[in-house]
Amino acid sequence: MSDDKLLQSRRNALKCMAYGGAGTLFVLAGGVFTPLDLARAADDKPGTARLGKPLFVQISDTHIGFNKDANPDVNGTLTQTIDIVNAMAAQPALIIHTGDITHLSRAAEFDQAQQMLSGLRTTELHTVPGEHDTQDPTVTEYFNRFGKASGNKGYYSFDHAGVHFIALINVLQFKPGGLGTLGDEQLAWVTADLKARSSSTPIVVFAHMPLWTIYEPWGWGTGDADQLMQPLRRFGSVTVLNGHIHQIVQKVEGNMTFHTARSTAYPQPVAGEGAGPAPLKVPADQLPRMLGVTSVSVVKHPSSMAMTDTTLA
Amino acid sequence: MISGRYRTLFTVAAAALLWLFAAAHPASAAPPDSAQIVIKDFMFAPNSLTIKAGSTVTWANKDDEPHSVVSDTGLFRSGAVDTDESFSFKFDKPGTYHFTCSIHPRMVGTIVVE
Repeated sequence: MSDDKLLQSRRNALKCMAYGGAGTLFVLAGGVFTPLDLARAADDKPGTARLGKPLFVQISDTHIGFNKDANPDVNGTLTQTIDIVNAMAAQPALIIHTGDITHLSRAAEFDQAQQMLSGLRTTELHTVPGEHDTQDPTVTEYFNRFGKASGNKGYYSFDHAGVHFIALINVLQFKPGGLGTLGDEQLAWVTADLKARSSSTPIVVFAHMPLWTIYEPWGWGTGDADQLMQPLRRFGSVTVLNGHIHQIVQKVEGNMTFHTARSTAYPQPVAGEGAGPAPLKVPADQLPRMLGVTSVSVVKHPSSMAMTDTTLA
Repeated sequence: MISGRYRTLFTVAAAALLWLFAAAHPASAAPPDSAQIVIKDFMFAPNSLTIKAGSTVTWANKDDEPHSVVSDTGLFRSGAVDTDESFSFKFDKPGTYHFTCSIHPRMVGTIVVE
């Protein structure tokens, strides 16, 4: 990479960091979902038009119940996030929550989260659980509230505007060492689910833990994700979304775009910095730039999608 | 030399006497051991512990992140243990018990009960 290009990409990176918090807007563009900063999409009217109608907004890692120094007011930052989404000129058709809805899987936390999420103008909400949502001894609090779509299995699929969505669960079993697991039953289901789709159908896959290995020592990956990639490879547009790591990491591989979302609650260190993925305490004025949401739009259906990441500041 | 059979009988009788004594004088019986495992920096410390049957182990979380203590066999499951909270389990039967944190599954440990 030339110095100019490096500088340019650094500028873009800094530009992205300047937003940083609320969420990501995804726009399907050129067959690939591109994340765009939500605040930027809201500010930049012509830009917004270019990006097309938002298809969905991804909210992640709301961690309702968390109250430590890294963010003593997670309800407040979720409220700000919801306000940003509700203020979008064109409302997304649906909302996807990629897990860690709660911090400790407690009933009161789920109740609070549900009540807050019901304040979204867009009422169609699709969820997958994070490992913080499945810690109650009987693993029922999440499923009692959000299990209906999947018959309490945790995985399901649906279609919207010609896009096929697949929700997966990778937080119930773990490989030795800590990577998430999809398991044979779920992999067989998803393979069968994809079989009937034409290769031109845009596919959006979402789960809580990353579906590619970002950092194995911290369990930032899914041990059997390779088996999921095989039936996905023939599709012209595949977008793979996750939460879990409370920061944006992205990669593009062929027709597949992988993207992790920011948290609305607190940031986490970059891979390998510190003893583990603990809440990262940053100066109060920096926090809003590290929290956010992702929004996805269809630019020229079905050939293009774009993503926008938006921060709270 | 006492045959194996008599030795067994003797052991059983001794155990029965000990049990009667303990039941009759609970205050004088040795208290069961207790042991603590501290959870700090995403590690169980110690991550391996040998205890006597009947002992209680307490896991105390000193991290800013919740952790959990889950037996590989399903014998115990703590639920989320938040900062400065703890979880205890009494081990009645000898054996080797492996456990993990189901939030951060690379965190593992072993209790050996003698």
